Amino acid sequence: MTDVLAYRADDGNTHANSLSPAYGSTVRRSPSQPLVAIPHTLTEVTGPSSQVLRASLDDLTKIGTGEALGERIIVTGRVLDEDGRPVPNSVVEVWQANAAGRYIHERDQHPAPLDPNFRGEGRVVTDADGRYRFLTIKPGAYPWKNHHNAWRPAHIHFSLFGPAFATRLVTQMYFPGDPLIAIDPIACAVPAAARDRMVSRFDLDVTEPEFALGYVFDIVLRGRNATPMEDKHDH
Amino acid sequence: MTIKYGATPSQTVGPFFHYALPYANGETLADAQTQGTRIEITGRVLDADGEPVPDAMIEIWQANHAGRYAHAEDSRSEFALDPHFTGFGRTATDATGTFRFTTVRPGRVPGPGNSLQAPHIAIGLFGRGLLNRLVTRLYFADAAENADDPILALVPERRRSTLLAQRLPGEAATYRLDLRLGGNDETVFFAL
Ligand SMILES: [Fe+2]
Repeated sequence: MTDVLAYRADDGNTHANSLSPAYGSTVRRSPSQPLVAIPHTLTEVTGPSSQVLRASLDDLTKIGTGEALGERIIVTGRVLDEDGRPVPNSVVEVWQANAAGRYIHERDQHPAPLDPNFRGEGRVVTDADGRYRFLTIKPGAYPWKNHHNAWRPAHIHFSLFGPAFATRLVTQMYFPGDPLIAIDPIACAVPAAARDRMVSRFDLDVTEPEFALGYVFDIVLRGRNATPMEDKHDH
Repeated sequence: MTIKYGATPSQTVGPFFHYALPYANGETLADAQTQGTRIEITGRVLDADGEPVPDAMIEIWQANHAGRYAHAEDSRSEFALDPHFTGFGRTATDATGTFRFTTVRPGRVPGPGNSLQAPHIAIGLFGRGLLNRLVTRLYFADAAENADDPILALVPERRRSTLLAQRLPGEAATYRLDLRLGGNDETVFFAL
């Protein structure tokens, strides 16, 4: 018999409804049936180790022979659980548009220039304090076809594993003071009280003189229940 | 039980993840040295209208052939780890919504209490229009162990078939499971 320590259930006030019609693509791509709740087993409390993914790459600005265009920034923060414990040795993957708001992607039709010196993707493993750090370029806002005159706020995509299959998270980091956040159907699909958790903060201590502005983005993954959840059986 | 920090909300992976997340051989979990029965897993991701989803990303997580996860919390040393098997795979769907993995058939792992789970593969589905990861499982339609799987037992009987990969005719062990985001035979997705 194997009792596992389950991860804490969603509080119902953190994540978007999968069906959020203002974001049009959700309409045909969200389940109509309720999710079936299952107890956590070894399958859910285990997950891929940080060795599974590729070599670390923490500088998104270096790929060509020259310097990437745009406003150089440092993005750093800690990956924590809901109880404030650091999540060490965990993969953090990022990708983003360049300073002009263009992705290195054939399906990106935005008529803004590509930058041959901007890599636009990276990945690192958190240290013992759960900390990560990237050097990149501040991404541009970009238009999309969701509705008339729709623009995504500047954002960096984040992909995190955490310790288990159950803690996997893909999210987006926004920038403070961006007027597009309040009218973005993707950001606004998230309950209002939780939306600010996706917004980084400017930090002068992270900023490096004569080099790059600093932004801090802490990411909080699900914590664990205090007690094993295998209480459903009578022994 | 007070929570110190609110969890970071999920957001869609968007349409432009391909140059960042999928990686070479991410769909190949088993090589010539991996122990166990080699299998192929394939299927399509379909939207509520039955149209292919050509910009989805699929991740799988599974135990090795002996039923052991390559993770510190699976400490059952009586089941050997396989140095040639991590248990994790990732791929993107192609223009027809099709995905494919090469792996091995997983062994059984414990479930709640004294139960044993039938062989299964955990699936995480991401894509444009998916604000949250959708989680499901692949079971093998030809596995007798499904009859007493504790997780399948939680799924309404008439929907269980949406989790059962069917073996395709032919010599190679290829199993097919389509993932349907809506419509008739909508796949069962789990809340973890
Ligand atoms: Fe984006």
